[in-house]
Amino acid sequence: MAIRYVLAAFLFGALVAGAGHPSLAQETKVLRVVPQSDLKILDPIWTTAFVTRNHGYAIYDTLFGVDAEGKVRPQMVGEYSSSPDHMKWSFTLREGLHFHDGKPVTSADVIQSLKRWGERDSLGQRLFAAMENIEAKSDTTFEMALKQPFGLVLEALSKPASVPPFIMPKSVAETPSDKQIDSYIGSGPFIFKVDEYRPGERVVYVKNTKYVPRNEPASGTAGGKVVKVDRMEWVILTDAQTQTNAITNGEVDLIEWVPADQYLALKNNPKIDFANLVPKGSFALHLNRLVPPFNNVKIAQAALMAVSQEALMRAQMVHKDLYNTNASIYPTGTPYNSDKTSFFTGKPQLEKARALLKEAGYQNEPVVLLYPANFAVLNKFPPVMAALLKQAGFNVDMQSMDWPTLVARRAMKNLSTQGGWSAFITGWNIPDNVNPLFYAPITGNGQKGWFGWTTDERLETLKGEFLAADSEDQRKALAVSIQERVYDAAVLAPLGEYKQLTAIRKEAIGGIVTSPVGVFWGITKN
Amino acid sequence: MLSFLVRRIVAIVPVLFVVALIVFMMTRFAPGDPAAAIVGNDASAANLERVRSNLGLNDPLPVQFGRWGWQLVHGTLGESFFLKKPVSELIGQRIEPTFALTVMTLLMTVLIAIPLGVVAAWRHGGWLDRMLMGLSALGFSVPAFVIGYVLIWIFALRWQLLPVQGYGRISDGIGPWLSHLILPATTLSIIYVALIARVTRAAVAEAMTEDYIRTARAKGISETRVLIRHALVNAAVPIVTVIGIGVALLIGGVVVTESVFAIPGLGSLTVDAVLSRDFPLIQGITLLFSAVYVGVNLMVDISYLVLDPRIRY
Repeated sequence: MAIRYVLAAFLFGALVAGAGHPSLAQETKVLRVVPQSDLKILDPIWTTAFVTRNHGYAIYDTLFGVDAEGKVRPQMVGEYSSSPDHMKWSFTLREGLHFHDGKPVTSADVIQSLKRWGERDSLGQRLFAAMENIEAKSDTTFEMALKQPFGLVLEALSKPASVPPFIMPKSVAETPSDKQIDSYIGSGPFIFKVDEYRPGERVVYVKNTKYVPRNEPASGTAGGKVVKVDRMEWVILTDAQTQTNAITNGEVDLIEWVPADQYLALKNNPKIDFANLVPKGSFALHLNRLVPPFNNVKIAQAALMAVSQEALMRAQMVHKDLYNTNASIYPTGTPYNSDKTSFFTGKPQLEKARALLKEAGYQNEPVVLLYPANFAVLNKFPPVMAALLKQAGFNVDMQSMDWPTLVARRAMKNLSTQGGWSAFITGWNIPDNVNPLFYAPITGNGQKGWFGWTTDERLETLKGEFLAADSEDQRKALAVSIQERVYDAAVLAPLGEYKQLTAIRKEAIGGIVTSPVGVFWGITKN
Repeated sequence: MLSFLVRRIVAIVPVLFVVALIVFMMTRFAPGDPAAAIVGNDASAANLERVRSNLGLNDPLPVQFGRWGWQLVHGTLGESFFLKKPVSELIGQRIEPTFALTVMTLLMTVLIAIPLGVVAAWRHGGWLDRMLMGLSALGFSVPAFVIGYVLIWIFALRWQLLPVQGYGRISDGIGPWLSHLILPATTLSIIYVALIARVTRAAVAEAMTEDYIRTARAKGISETRVLIRHALVNAAVPIVTVIGIGVALLIGGVVVTESVFAIPGLGSLTVDAVLSRDFPLIQGITLLFSAVYVGVNLMVDISYLVLDPRIRY
């Protein structure tokens, strides 16, 4: 123990030598957050990275938000109306909206921001394709006229994930959509400190003291965005053990996404509590429907029959309270979730799969399963999936690689034996798949679609009908039809849902707002 | 001497050119696509292609290499694909933690390893020698991350004397700077202490068998003076060589240690760059490390002239 006291004395001396540099924490309330990954790209319209989206929600505002029940609520918009046939829309901005540089938010800023978003986001592209024009009627009012029915105008303007329509100053939004912005002025509740931004180390925000929140309580990405700390620092810690050590030692206040292998250590730690900052996510098996063997729909269906959600999720998430199975492509508890799942059950149907393979004339062609060995979030799935496929009668070639290699490889359209691929597994956040038009991999337009390139006219027709539907009942019925079609065309197989637990320091942190995305307003620090 | 220096410095240019060419080719032929990493999971193929084109990845390789060479000549080392900042600026942001960690590790290593090695050689074959060499074998065998986590557990989590992670910039005060450096520098130095102590022991033990040591003792010089002024100085060449090699090895060790302690230095920047396939950043950092390596070797060669007057280039 003597060493301890010698070292303590030495450190005391050193700290005295460093005195006179007052700590920020003593002057201001600083919330220290470990984000899910490093923030490298600062333009939330340019990338779909989750961490960039969360950065976007901190510094920008949106016209509409989505509350905890998934309902669209006005956010920057004060009043809005539409014609009886929903072909004309009018929006008026609420009072008190200003950018961080003090300039008021105007209709011109909104229109230019929406145009840039509409060039990047898939739903935005559909909205603008259906639009006759969009024009400013005054500094705070703008109107949108459609040339064809589009039943998801408000859903598009409130889209919480992938690429949300954040409102930027007109001059910034004039940046071509294929180039990143270089000015980070928003009108949101936090101000980004460009001068303190150190990628790989920390990202700093301060409270926007001039932000005028809505009066309603915060809920999801909607309601009053009241910031209750003076400063927020994102501390970049990539090592899971270091994250746990840091929150245990009080060096950080919140870990946005607890890695599964640290769950027990944190659960048994009396200083730590769990919160649901972001509700859930899901995993899915994606098949390459362009090349053999899965260009044969029956062989692809047989692969879906091999899926055992319980076995796969148990292997990946380890702890039963961190996951649940769900045979629907839509998340549990969301409006379009349905048990009408065609032949897919999420439970292994190996006998049926073997019979189907025989019927389809499977010639033992290799199934190249991509295995992101260094990616802890996904790397327990492929060995289990490979074993299940083998039991169903497939010849599986599981190829190990890192995640960046996988995302490049999945763009290859070659035969699986010539550098291509047959199947891979990835994860999705809940806002990504609450709606068939938000869910990127559900495409039937062949090589123009998402990786896997399924060609299925019926699927595309159903999506078009969903878009044009003008009642929620119609949309629900079509969403179920789309789900059944996704299975019949063997586009993908859901593997189950995982909880994205957030760890917080029990005695220091409160006021977490559960949202489809990570938001940090409302959080208090003692 | 002067012509030797000029020749060696001029020789650095083709060495770095070859390194640049090899690193460039390796990044381009390694699997992985930075554009795919940038656009994210649900981007369309058209977006992916547009980003590839904007990054210049569709240009022929000689054009891409020429573009990078032009940027090198202008001192920017290119621009990061992800961060949209000059690579030189990113390296500048990260160099302080790595430099501080390396220097402190070297200082701790030299101050501990050389006395240990000398003492072991002095008591060559005795229990002190065997104990010190046993400990050095242990230090050399245990992986850096294991040592790091054990030190964190004892000094940060149990005794709460030192921080778990991060780096305090020297501009924030000596106290935070030092407290953040002690554990990672200790972690790294344990390995190098083991290495340098063993080499010091061997070199000093060999020197102790030389005739001039017997002569010195016969003249009645104290044993301490014999050890330091006669044996250690004459054993300095292999010790300095190993310290030089140690600096190169440190570059590898820093990568792991910076990861364990979440130090925002060049090591973690390298890992991030490789995992995201940020080609300009990978190229810039590798070139910098190569230049450091070549520079350290040059300094070691020059030090031979000082340490051993018989050496002439």
